[in-house]
Amino acid sequence: MNFTLRVWRQPGPATPGKMVEYNATEISPEASFLEMMDVVNEQLTLRGEEPIAFDHDCREGICGSCAMMIDGMAHGPNKGTATCQLHMRSFADGATIFVEPWRVRAFPVVKDLCVDRSALDRIISAGGFITATTGGARDANEILVPKVAQELAMDAAACIGCGACAAACPNGSASLFTAAKVAHLGELPQGQPERFRRVIAMVAQHDAEGFGGCTLHGECQIACPKEISIDTISRMSRDYMTATAASREEKAAGGTG
Amino acid sequence: MELHPRVPAGPIEQKWEKHLFDMKLVNPANKRKFTIIVVGSGLAGGSGAATLAELGYNVKCFCFQDSPRRAHSIAAQGGINAAKNYQNDGDSVYRLFYDTVKGGDFRSREANVYRLAQLSVNIIDQCVAQGVPFAREYGGLLANRSFGGAQVSRTFYARGQTGQQLLLGAYQALERQIGKGSVRMYPRTEMLDLVVIDGIARGIVTRNLITGAIESHAADAVVLGTGGYGNVFYLSTNAKGSNATAIWRAYKRGAAFANPCYTQIHPTCIPKSGEYQSKLTLMSESLRNDGRVWVPLAKGDKRPPGQIPDAERDYYLERMYPSFGNLAPRDIASRAAKRVCDEGRGVGPTGLGVYLDFASAIKRLGVEAIRERYGNLFEMYQRITDENPYLVPMRIYPAVHYTMGGLWVDYNLMSTIPGLHVVGEANFSDHGANRLGASALMQGLADGYFIVSNTIADYLASQKFSPVDATHPAFREAEAQVASRTKRFLSIRGTRTVDSFHRELGNIMWEYCGMSRNEEGLRTALRLIPELREEFWRDVNVPGSADTLNQALEKAGRVADFLELAELICLDALERRESCGGHFREEYQTPDGEALRDDEHFAYVAAWEYAGDGRPPILNKEPLDFEYVHLAQRSYK
Repeated sequence: MNFTLRVWRQPGPATPGKMVEYNATEISPEASFLEMMDVVNEQLTLRGEEPIAFDHDCREGICGSCAMMIDGMAHGPNKGTATCQLHMRSFADGATIFVEPWRVRAFPVVKDLCVDRSALDRIISAGGFITATTGGARDANEILVPKVAQELAMDAAACIGCGACAAACPNGSASLFTAAKVAHLGELPQGQPERFRRVIAMVAQHDAEGFGGCTLHGECQIACPKEISIDTISRMSRDYMTATAASREEKAAGGTG
Repeated sequence: MELHPRVPAGPIEQKWEKHLFDMKLVNPANKRKFTIIVVGSGLAGGSGAATLAELGYNVKCFCFQDSPRRAHSIAAQGGINAAKNYQNDGDSVYRLFYDTVKGGDFRSREANVYRLAQLSVNIIDQCVAQGVPFAREYGGLLANRSFGGAQVSRTFYARGQTGQQLLLGAYQALERQIGKGSVRMYPRTEMLDLVVIDGIARGIVTRNLITGAIESHAADAVVLGTGGYGNVFYLSTNAKGSNATAIWRAYKRGAAFANPCYTQIHPTCIPKSGEYQSKLTLMSESLRNDGRVWVPLAKGDKRPPGQIPDAERDYYLERMYPSFGNLAPRDIASRAAKRVCDEGRGVGPTGLGVYLDFASAIKRLGVEAIRERYGNLFEMYQRITDENPYLVPMRIYPAVHYTMGGLWVDYNLMSTIPGLHVVGEANFSDHGANRLGASALMQGLADGYFIVSNTIADYLASQKFSPVDATHPAFREAEAQVASRTKRFLSIRGTRTVDSFHRELGNIMWEYCGMSRNEEGLRTALRLIPELREEFWRDVNVPGSADTLNQALEKAGRVADFLELAELICLDALERRESCGGHFREEYQTPDGEALRDDEHFAYVAAWEYAGDGRPPILNKEPLDFEYVHLAQRSYK
């Protein structure tokens, strides 16, 4: 198969970028999108040009490194598929394909298709955890977790932190990412003690990073390679409202001793 | 060099507890005066960094990925073993210990393995407390599945994403410490050298992958949790970035490299489809719980699988290993697949594949039960191959997956360089010559959460430290070496890409040092590898510059190290004139084609010592004594 690629090239964060055209020729339909990019990069190298920088690692859809806006869609046209799991048989022979980085204010471009997603780490750092210092745990089976709660937690915990939700969102909101962690930990009995602190801290950090607000547009759940549901966002909003009310109560209760 | 395993005396059940009491402690107020560098943020490094910070040490953690959450542990699918005996099926710490020593073909250190089995139960408790969503029964108790090499059901799992969930648990604990300021995280930063001063590890030299800045970091101890070296084969189930640079640099600074030839070929991977192929994808071993492995009975039978009647199929694992059947350990299942393909009975376009068939399980349990157990794996398979495994059998073939070898460590997980500790897949410690399924996650977390976090105190409290900072001449010298190497890569401007060298190296390794090895092939490889290395340094083309994100430059450094490590792997494989676990020497097999160990001459750990460029490495031997597990030919029949 042959393709015409129009790829965003940007030498560094402070340098302006532009779309550049490349030809990808004799590509196997069984090749993945990233393997097609490898072939192009090999040719660029041999021609003495700099290869296209893009983040990738596991190439099996779980590490969350790969992040390409393909024809205007985060991770390309296939549902529930990260860029690395997209195969060229999903494209028509001879197609022109546009490849861009995530375009989100909170994800500055590092180079070409690589962006800085450390904002997502800082959201987790703010509260996306259960405080459980090593060594203090009781026997695992002493905590009963209803199967339904565990399944819901697992659905949300499947998030790979790729940032596609924010890239797809017209507001540049990472609400789906944040809500997925709130839902994962909030569904479980172990997550209850910090449930309300967690949501307040994570939402505050999300906003401080410069992500936009959620208007339930819904693009995020379409783009999400793990098909995490936007229901997690409603859940986060409910927890957030309860939390803002509850935190006042906590103070009042503290005062009365 | 002398190897001191430092295994505590006493009965095996009491060694670790006694050792915990005998080791020196660092008092809480003093802990913050110590800086510990942790390289790698996977299960071992991430859990280690988080736990050390919780204890009060000042921790610096480094990873080459853009976030610590992307370490390759994330891709582990199937599960994690623990001797909980929740299923009342006769499991115990002793049985897990026994299975692991036997599974490793009697080439691991008993005391380490026993401790691993003991700690396995704490790991599950710890992970559940962190909110890892392990599979549950309707009553809310934890569910288990069985896994290769065991006759009990002791594997805990989170769908087919167990590694992801365990890593996110460790990552969240790490992020908590980063938020508190007790861990300073350095993402997109690669360790390029180890700095040893007065014989002890005192820091590392790194390259900032965004700016290209070469920097020194001084510390009181260094922990490497940088994973395995399977990518020396180019095609493997490892992530593209997984590399051996950190452990190889440490080796060249004096850390012994143990058992490099012990590489694990995983039996259930999706077969290669073309030359452009950049990696191989694993299909979890857990699939062998319900999938039956077969090939046609007749050579060259090209009928579609559905048209081959049962009587004309060879369910060869069930036939050859009736008591373990499709759950035979990985090395055995891989070799059996190779054997039937070599006989001309392989399936698929390349003939390098066998069927993994779920038809009987679907008939027995219903399609929904199968979907619930393996849904995401089936989807992954379909996405890659465009075939529906609910309707046609999967095609699988063995691929490089894990490396049991690694830096030599003592019972405290300290290498032959004092102060340099090595955790997880990067060390050699617990799996002998073959790792059983669902034990890599167990080992990584045992090392990080529970072992190194304790043993490092003993080192810190016993050592006299002279004050050293990053201005010390040893750091300056290492920085200069790193800078000149980087410059050299960029100045060659040859005609071949880094990947083309890597692919060629991989072909050599797979051909001559893969699933089965022989003296002639290994000698060929030992001739070809130095030739290829020489050509690499003469003709590689690394475009771009050193002061920006340059992925070709990153790869060049890693491949240059693989080109050296490959030689050591082949040398070790040549010297080990026996077959054991993942190391199968064709000259040493039983009449029915099973691995033939030679306990009299080879019951030792081969710890290779770097002797300088152009000089052959020195082989040191740590004898292995088996006091508890009876040495026997491994049988899964």
